[in-house]
Amino acid sequence: MKERLVLVGNGMAGVRTLEELLKLAPEEYDISVFGAEPYPNYNRIMLSPVLAGEKTIDDIILNDRAWYEENGVTLYTGDPVVEIDRVKRKVVAESGLEISYDRLLLATGSNPFIIPVPGSDLPGVIGFRDIADVNAMLEAARTGRKAVVIGGGLLGLEAANGLQRNGMDVTVVHLMDILMERQLDKPAAEMLKKSLEEKGLKFLMETQTVEVLGEDHVTGLRFANDAQGNASVAGGRMPGATGEEIEADLVVMAVGIRPSIGLAQKAGLHCDRGVVVDDTMQTFDPRIYAVGECVQHRDQCYGLVAPLFEQARVAANHLAKMGIARYEGSVTSTKLKVTGIDLFSAGEFNEEEGDETLILQDPAQNVYKKLVVKDNRIKGAVMFGDTMDGTWYFQLLREGTDISGFRSTILFGQHDLGDAGHGDEIRVAALSDDAEICGCNGVTKGDIVNAIQTKGLFTLDDVRAHTKASASCGSCTGLVEAILSSTVGEGYDAKPSKKPVCGCTGHSHDDVIAAIAEHELKDMPAVFEHLEWKTPDGCATCRPALNYYLLARWPEEYKDDAQSRFINERAHGNIQKDGTYSVVPRMFGGLCTPSDLRAIADVCDKYDVPEMKVTGGQRIDLFGVKKEDLPPMWKDLADAGFVSGHAYGKAMRTVKTCAGKTWCRFGTQNSTGLGVKLEELTWGSWMPHKFKLAVSGCPRNCAEATIKDFGVVCVESGYELHIGGNGGIKVRVTDLLCKVDTEEQVLEYCGAFTQMYREEAHYLERTAPWVERVGLSYIKKRILEDEAGRKALSERFRVGQEVAQVDPWKARAEGEAAHEFAPLKITA
Amino acid sequence: MSDWKKIAPLEDIPRQGSRVVEVEDGSIAVFRTGDDQVFAVRDACPHQQGPLSQGIVAGHTVTCPLHNWKINLESGEALAPDDGCTNTYAAKVEDGMVYIQL
Repeated sequence: MKERLVLVGNGMAGVRTLEELLKLAPEEYDISVFGAEPYPNYNRIMLSPVLAGEKTIDDIILNDRAWYEENGVTLYTGDPVVEIDRVKRKVVAESGLEISYDRLLLATGSNPFIIPVPGSDLPGVIGFRDIADVNAMLEAARTGRKAVVIGGGLLGLEAANGLQRNGMDVTVVHLMDILMERQLDKPAAEMLKKSLEEKGLKFLMETQTVEVLGEDHVTGLRFANDAQGNASVAGGRMPGATGEEIEADLVVMAVGIRPSIGLAQKAGLHCDRGVVVDDTMQTFDPRIYAVGECVQHRDQCYGLVAPLFEQARVAANHLAKMGIARYEGSVTSTKLKVTGIDLFSAGEFNEEEGDETLILQDPAQNVYKKLVVKDNRIKGAVMFGDTMDGTWYFQLLREGTDISGFRSTILFGQHDLGDAGHGDEIRVAALSDDAEICGCNGVTKGDIVNAIQTKGLFTLDDVRAHTKASASCGSCTGLVEAILSSTVGEGYDAKPSKKPVCGCTGHSHDDVIAAIAEHELKDMPAVFEHLEWKTPDGCATCRPALNYYLLARWPEEYKDDAQSRFINERAHGNIQKDGTYSVVPRMFGGLCTPSDLRAIADVCDKYDVPEMKVTGGQRIDLFGVKKEDLPPMWKDLADAGFVSGHAYGKAMRTVKTCAGKTWCRFGTQNSTGLGVKLEELTWGSWMPHKFKLAVSGCPRNCAEATIKDFGVVCVESGYELHIGGNGGIKVRVTDLLCKVDTEEQVLEYCGAFTQMYREEAHYLERTAPWVERVGLSYIKKRILEDEAGRKALSERFRVGQEVAQVDPWKARAEGEAAHEFAPLKITA
Repeated sequence: MSDWKKIAPLEDIPRQGSRVVEVEDGSIAVFRTGDDQVFAVRDACPHQQGPLSQGIVAGHTVTCPLHNWKINLESGEALAPDDGCTNTYAAKVEDGMVYIQL
């Protein structure tokens, strides 16, 4: 018999947990759900648009009753649970219904806080929490005229806006001197207040309510009479206010929410402000989990939807008995859902000592943007009037990105970034439907919007899978996300800051790299088992990554898995669109001799190579080679002294050089000689992505060393070392790492930098995005300031190279992996 | 004419890999999956005829090396969201030898 799971609370957090659980373990439990409200699960954050008349209740239902039926979930609506018997492991509902459980999930949410003043229990005083409250407000708007909202926070302002849209005369009473003080700083709050006043709302700031007036229904409010509480009322700017009292037909209390913990407390579960849970969302009773607004985790209670969904994922993982996910708290962001007012805030937006503040303020256009920055990382953001880049700033904040590279223009937004590859084309909302968003796959804005709407897509991965937009080079990812968020609005689930490697696992690249090292995982089955991979043998995304990580960490012990390599690396040539291969022999430093060239020419004649081309990396590409010709061709090349150029691999490719001091009248050092030494040091090394080097003999930089992963620019007094550049879709110029005096130092620093990249970058991450992600200062700290660390890195690189520098072509010419190259014959 | 043709010993095909068999009207890719089952499909992706034999095998699917379409080896059908189908041939292992039916 299946175990029984009972969910108490039919709201967004609880039902999202069920959805996640059903994805992971659809057959694990018999599931019953109790909800106090008479509705199936609906989107509570969309109550404001319902109140404002922009949406109907049907629009905001997330899971209709058919969903519960299809998933075999028994739903009891309008029947709240009134008792949990932890000894007998059963719940008792108001109707008297009793159901036993093996696991219990509490998602009782929160209650609006009703300030304890006389009269607060009068009819006409309500919270703003559920559909019943919305109905009560709509009813009041039909008969009454004056509404007062107590609380100038997010919820209060949305309620006030909705009531005003329904024709009521609305006054907002707020205890503090700024609106939404938990989300806004003073300048933004002032701008918000002004905009709302222009819409017709009235405000009583720094005003404390002491009594709700009325006999059998609310008629008004009385405020505190002390100097502080009464200050702005005494100013007399408020029509309708007598200075001490105000008329009201409806009072909405929106001064905050309190976790709903009555049921849990009665059952003897440990509660503080909320039901206390650990990082696995388990309460002090191991059979009982809790998620959502009723929860207190690491001293925090959350009232926004994104953290609740993160909690849901974790709770589902543990209910599914996978036992690996942890919830470690959330950084939240907020948008105000008042049509016509754009406002965004995230993180710690009030600067503290040691923080720096970047501000853009344009009163004429009613725009205000503020970023709080520490150590070149965003701590918090407040935006008013133009929130287009909120998602971007929030992403930079969550990922802790070093912004030093674009700090001077960051306030102008992502589209202003010189290297974003999209110039000034932006403002997705303003783009026409035929505007091309993804140049790689020819996907227009209309295609994306259409797919999101007709197929019900919510995540970037969904959009990629269905439209291919941003699935190739990825430079339009920001645009696609912007379209996603503008199309699905609040339903858009921002991508987690720790992105899993692929659908086979919830673990990120960093998790995998760390686990391989810490737990000494030395082959792929060990990784699958230790990290509880969801698929028996991975997929075409994770296997090449794991193969690389294992190889990089255990060069002497791990046996390379050819079947986990992309065909180019398995066949040691580049597959072309007609299924033939190209062959690029290595030419160290771009140097060659007449006999080298003769040998290449002979090989081309012998195997009918249809086309030859000189590459940008100073070597020769031979196109159109049949797969079965590869091994004999390689034998001829090996006999002439060539080794593989690795032009096909996520590997060290070439060292480009200029003529240098030997010939060039400007040359300061022997750039070709140094290039050859660097190539002899690094050839054969597998990398997270392709890796190119160059050595220029003088600052004229003819070898283009400043767009290479590792570039050397020679000067009279030594060698400048540059890192993290690339050509390609997003050209990035290198950062200067340092200047050194000798060739020996160049080789040591090169080995150390290369090894650091090999050990720490994510698979398929080139040095340019890696340097931007971890920050130049971090790399400098490791390579320049820590001499012992640098030498250790360089030594680890050398050890790995002893194993790696075996020419794969010669090995195959001598018979290794022969099955790869010969077709089978029908024998009988 | 549907005859079982003897191809090669199972160990001649690498696990999670494939070998190509040339036939009159093209090539057939014979796959050996991680669980030592064998599958034979036409060596052409329904998308742009990419050589499926060169793809990465995971479970009972292969990922085409040209544009990453995933093809179900049992049915020859592309996995959603892509759409298309390539021919399949019956394949079996008997006494350690691989046979396909043409």
